[in-house]
Amino acid sequence: MTQLSRTTPEVSYKELIFEAAVKAYADAGIDPRRDVESFVCSSEDFYEGTSIFDEYVPDQVGGALKPVCTISADGMYSVATAYMQILTGAFDVVAVEAHSKASDIVNISPIYDLALDPVYIRPLGLNANFIAGLEMNAYLHSTGATHGHCTSVVEKNRRNALSNPVAMSASGVTPRNGSKMLSYPLSDQDVAPLADGAAVVVLAAEDAARNLRKDPIWVMGTGWASDSPSLETRDLEKATYAELASKQAYRQAGIRNPTHEIQVAEIDDTYSFKELQHAEALGLAGQSRAHRMLEQGVYELGGALPVNPSGGSIGMGHTLEMSGLVRVIEVVEQLRGTAGKHQVDGAQVGVAQTWRGVPTGSGAVVVLGR
Amino acid sequence: MGRSHADRNRGRDALIGVIMLNKTMPNEPQGTGLKEGDLESGKVLAVSYQPKAQYAWATGIAIGRFLAGLKAGEITGTRCDQCGRIAVPPRIFCEWCFRRSDTWVKLPDTGKVNTFSVSYITTDTTRVKTPKIPAVIEIDSANNAGFLHLLGEVKPDEVKLGMRVKAVWVDPTERKGSITDIKYFKPIR
Amino acid sequence: MMIPKKRVAVVGAGMTKFMRRAQETGKELAFEAARQALDSAEMRIQDIESVALGSAPDAFDGVHMKGEYLLDGAGAWQKPYSRSFVGGGSGVFSAIHGWWHVASGLFDTCLVVGEEKMSSCLPHPQTAFLTIFDNMIERPLGPNLIWIFALEMQRYMQRHKIPKEQIAQVAVKNKRNALDHPSAQIPQAFTLQDIMNSEVLAWPVQRLDISPVSDGACAVVLASEDVARKITDSPVWIDGVGWNLDTTYWTNRDLYFPRYVANAARMAYRMAGITNPPKQIDFAEPYDPFDYKELHHMEGLLLCRKGEAPKLTAEGVTERDGKLPICPSGGLLGVGNPIAAAGLMKVCELFWQLRGEAGKRQIPGDVRTAVAQAWGDLMQIGTVVVMRS
Repeated sequence: MTQLSRTTPEVSYKELIFEAAVKAYADAGIDPRRDVESFVCSSEDFYEGTSIFDEYVPDQVGGALKPVCTISADGMYSVATAYMQILTGAFDVVAVEAHSKASDIVNISPIYDLALDPVYIRPLGLNANFIAGLEMNAYLHSTGATHGHCTSVVEKNRRNALSNPVAMSASGVTPRNGSKMLSYPLSDQDVAPLADGAAVVVLAAEDAARNLRKDPIWVMGTGWASDSPSLETRDLEKATYAELASKQAYRQAGIRNPTHEIQVAEIDDTYSFKELQHAEALGLAGQSRAHRMLEQGVYELGGALPVNPSGGSIGMGHTLEMSGLVRVIEVVEQLRGTAGKHQVDGAQVGVAQTWRGVPTGSGAVVVLGR
Repeated sequence: MGRSHADRNRGRDALIGVIMLNKTMPNEPQGTGLKEGDLESGKVLAVSYQPKAQYAWATGIAIGRFLAGLKAGEITGTRCDQCGRIAVPPRIFCEWCFRRSDTWVKLPDTGKVNTFSVSYITTDTTRVKTPKIPAVIEIDSANNAGFLHLLGEVKPDEVKLGMRVKAVWVDPTERKGSITDIKYFKPIR
Repeated sequence: MMIPKKRVAVVGAGMTKFMRRAQETGKELAFEAARQALDSAEMRIQDIESVALGSAPDAFDGVHMKGEYLLDGAGAWQKPYSRSFVGGGSGVFSAIHGWWHVASGLFDTCLVVGEEKMSSCLPHPQTAFLTIFDNMIERPLGPNLIWIFALEMQRYMQRHKIPKEQIAQVAVKNKRNALDHPSAQIPQAFTLQDIMNSEVLAWPVQRLDISPVSDGACAVVLASEDVARKITDSPVWIDGVGWNLDTTYWTNRDLYFPRYVANAARMAYRMAGITNPPKQIDFAEPYDPFDYKELHHMEGLLLCRKGEAPKLTAEGVTERDGKLPICPSGGLLGVGNPIAAAGLMKVCELFWQLRGEAGKRQIPGDVRTAVAQAWGDLMQIGTVVVMRS
């Protein structure tokens, strides 16, 4: 993973991805031209400003004239894809790529709006954040959590990010007074700021993995799911997609009691309240109990089940379709014991989760273990 | 709303089972075709929208240098010492060796036509009387590497594969650091 | 690359009409094809454990993350769902994407949907293709999509000294074959003269060399071996898959031969145990968005020597009753080209032919092994599946 930062004007997206790829292959001790059998890249055309963006992906990851494909989703979906490819028995080593060049987008608001239903929602002329506002209102109302709890999430994650050297430039821990309301009750402080970056992850089948490292971190389970794309037929209070995805991943991983069997969680916090909503969906808190766990310090870096010790997207920067891969990498670092100042001691099993952002009800989960 | 939708589905299972068709042949394909005037004439309702998608792409190290070179009237490539290949457009890595390129190379502004077409259509398929001649120009001393551009000062039926050409540059004061700082490539007669 | 452990079969297929301008929305097109595919296998949506969608650029629909928008039409509500995207290769690739869902052992069934609604894009869908060119050094030249085909076709023709007539013959054959396809856009037979007299758009490409822009959708149901045998007496096995993406720098490559298609084919053939493609493959559905592409891809699929494909066409070898039928469906040239759906249409055709269900298009005699292939990006990707009855 490269350094995350607000802008990266001195490099093109290809050059940023090349840097991440070089680092990943060095970490794995492999030569992509010789050892990687399949490459899975992640992107969405309108984030790039190029149609059929998958044309532009192979060279910088070492995939020229090799099996390379693109999944139109977050990098965590590509990890699940690589996992499936390896499980077929046909591939031993698969590389996954994701990146964000958010700074190349002049104004991202119209891009988010372009994802809204063109017949039913777009004519309302609302900024896409309104969906997060609706959800937040429904979530707070049904769980009894307050905006104050959401602000605590922001503070926790910003504070954690100060210990994370890869996080983009710090913006202070305590949200300033007089935050701007974007779409009640969502304020600008509740939204993770955008960042640029690139990441590559290498997966390998068991024998190949043991040949490459003494301490491989294992994928124990993956899951992904999509709730209705229509706002009108979707549950706005609960993150049903995350619940379904985690059930699939936990079943594969043999996890029955998440709070007892998982020691670290990196979950999506694109909006502050989402961290609480996702924690409940993943079974890291009882229904409507996440804000209580937060109050009790359970989710703090030194708590019983640290959530987003990396700082999450709020603290590190939100890297669009790369954010899920950042969550995976952070869990891997935790399990390896290489997370430095934001290390969670004794982490054996971790869960990474991602959400594809408004207006979707889609997300993925990966469970990793030593 | 989400929950009741799921409950309603369960009740319908039995009904779906009864209606199920026992077919092995493909059914009659569905689809309602519209004619070109149907939308304008209002026969069918439609919603229209103009996306506002604007980007300012960082050109980065390699293309940034390439474009700066074009502004100065030069074509720039890069060389990988491991495979010896000279690449244009330049790139900071060699995609075959997967390692950083070693040197910048100033290339001549001459080359040969790898392939070409004679185009009577613009980007949005409007027809034009005077065709454009797009071509892939292999730049001299790069290893069969080149880029897309246009041919000029030549009649369409005079163009041949392998024809030698030279860049015709925009006046230095008007160059912008763009691929269009080269107006076109013309035959070296 | 090794041989995968679990076998995967196609057990159902469905498709909509291919139309220049459909009244149906993208969701509705996806639904129609998916429902037909389920019906043909006598399955319910509850039997589907995962969904894989293929659809080409979001710019056609003017919907960002259009995979998300289409998912309900594709039957993916509250299911594991994802969209793969490899340009024109997506149609066949989505079947491969579905294949590993099942071959991994994680799912017993997967519904694969290929959908395209190009007509939403105004003034003309082709305008959207401007944005496939390099953002920094190609778009300022004002290119049209057809340029890349014309440049590749020119190179192929010149390298092998192929007269235009031999290429146009492919359009004649496929448009004639499509008269027997119920989904065909505007079934109409053309003579060689019609093709040769059609308007020159970007020489050597003429209007009738090109498949029609289209709306449409296809779907197939994939199942693991145990489940497949419960669903149908005649599953069609996906015995080989392959894909390969060449470098983005297409102006640094010789376009006369699609080496990436050959690499993808070799990968699929190795998995399927095919060592002599022309002898062991009974018929093929290579990707034919332009007439010369069928020839280009026949050679890329190693079904004949480089430069030999035009001669085989002229000799009638590739007709439905020939020794190696190519595009018995009528292909994109004949049926229509809603990009991702068109590729999956070829997989559907293999399914129906190998089960003897292709009706008037049925290839005479016994067909057991076939290959479908799609292509896309900047003359970059080959996606190949080998299927057997």
